Amino acid sequence: MSESIDQIFVSGKQWLLSWLTGAPSWVIQIASSLINIFALLAVFLTLFALMSVLERKILGRIQNRYGPNRVGPFGLFQPIADGIKMLIKEDIVPARADKIVHFLAPVLIAATAILALGIIPYGRNMTPFTIDGGILFFFAVGSTTELAVFMAGWGSNNKFSMLGAMRAIAQMISYELPLIITVLPVVMVVGSLTPESIVAAQNGYAFDFVPRWFVFTPWGVAAFILFFVSGLVESNRTPFDVPEGESEIVAGHMTEYSGFKYATFFMAEYIGMFAITGLAATLFLGGWHAPARALEFVPSYVWFFAKLNALLFVYVWLRGTLPRTRVDQIMNFAWKFMLPMAFTCVIAAAVWHYAGRGWRGWLCSFAVIAVVYFTLSILLDTRRKFAPRTYRFAE
Amino acid sequence: MNNTAFVVIAILTLAGALAAATLQKLMHAALSFAVTFVGIAAFFFLLGAEFVGLVQVFVYIGAVAVLIVFTILLTRRDVEKDRGFNWSGVVVAVAVFGGLIWAILETQSLSMAAPEIPALTVKRIGEVLMTSYVWPLQCVGLLLTAALIGALILVMEEKR
Repeated sequence: MSESIDQIFVSGKQWLLSWLTGAPSWVIQIASSLINIFALLAVFLTLFALMSVLERKILGRIQNRYGPNRVGPFGLFQPIADGIKMLIKEDIVPARADKIVHFLAPVLIAATAILALGIIPYGRNMTPFTIDGGILFFFAVGSTTELAVFMAGWGSNNKFSMLGAMRAIAQMISYELPLIITVLPVVMVVGSLTPESIVAAQNGYAFDFVPRWFVFTPWGVAAFILFFVSGLVESNRTPFDVPEGESEIVAGHMTEYSGFKYATFFMAEYIGMFAITGLAATLFLGGWHAPARALEFVPSYVWFFAKLNALLFVYVWLRGTLPRTRVDQIMNFAWKFMLPMAFTCVIAAAVWHYAGRGWRGWLCSFAVIAVVYFTLSILLDTRRKFAPRTYRFAE
Repeated sequence: MNNTAFVVIAILTLAGALAAATLQKLMHAALSFAVTFVGIAAFFFLLGAEFVGLVQVFVYIGAVAVLIVFTILLTRRDVEKDRGFNWSGVVVAVAVFGGLIWAILETQSLSMAAPEIPALTVKRIGEVLMTSYVWPLQCVGLLLTAALIGALILVMEEKR
């Protein structure tokens, strides 16, 4: 019973494809891809709509207010109202803007964001597109986002847009390094770049109790935290939202976009966030594996989306908690702390592997990470004494 | 189906290249150059060399194209100005074209039947890089590290 519920979407797709028996193989291939694409878009656009209202609800909760509660039950129909509003708004293109580039930037950014979703295993046998180097594909597609952001900034022909794009690209390039290097230990330990085999490697339980997720190893937890923070920067979210810092440069590279194009940017940002949290869940949190043997009757995709939503909640929680960091702070943090720590994770994973992957490896890799962490924190301590803050007002 | 895909990708790649060569605005040319990179990556995918295709996207679009657009943005103030026809460019282009045609016609592999190649997985590439080609790999790593440190030193002197 639980087996058939677990595979309900896979068998649904098989049933749809069974209509096409007898058609040439390329028709079936294209139909199969189209079904995957429609399923992906349906699920993630719904999640985007839900997330946009839930984020405002949670932020409201954190800031001691109600949040949206007018449209529909608990304000759940808010995204529909927002969508209609965005669609019927006037689409303003600046007179001096580069029309083609200005138009193509949101298209490109949304396309790349959605492409990255294709390689994540959402459940048992539920990977939309199986590519041999799936993880590499994710980052290759992600790296084109920089070009799209640049196109938005340059095509708008506006100083604020260009400044925002420069900031965004600077921090994206800086954090792409720790982001990719923290994936390396997982790839090294599994010996594969395919997301399915990474998930398969996290199957089973140590001592019949603790799941063998990589987040329960010392290098895994360090890499997971680094990956999560880098992902936060890559998706331009608070506390790292300097590219669109409202109080400084209006809305960064999105300043000159209105109506549906702005909504497309907004959507791409959220889809990118889903992709990066989905990859974090796949790499470190065991993908679609259940956290305990007694809970394995729950379908695999439920576990995947539970993990995804838990990580998304942390994103919103951080946004409600932390103030915006400065540009130089973000850069210093990337090159002086994140990068050395990311390399340490690689070394710690190697130590873990060669010390036998047991408790000995656990202790050794923990020692490696602890030593580097404390050395870095001593070296990077500026010993600045913080004087009591004085406020000066215009006289 | 592969033939159709080949024609579509070839048209896309050539259109991108042609646009890069003829467009008036330098930034448009640079962006259409990125389209050409995508087309070449698609060719690698079509040939079953997934890893090379992914690296092509990763390096050429994520890094080289961004580098090109930033170089144009930060160095040229008179991007829009028309410079007239560039005859030296024609000479270089014809020389490169002639050299390539000569190399293609001279090569033996055109007349050879394609041998059966086992699917080249990322794992296999990794194994070969870490065993047979470990010294070239280390040399490239050393060179890149030197370049990185050199770039840092260039920036540091500016600060003083």
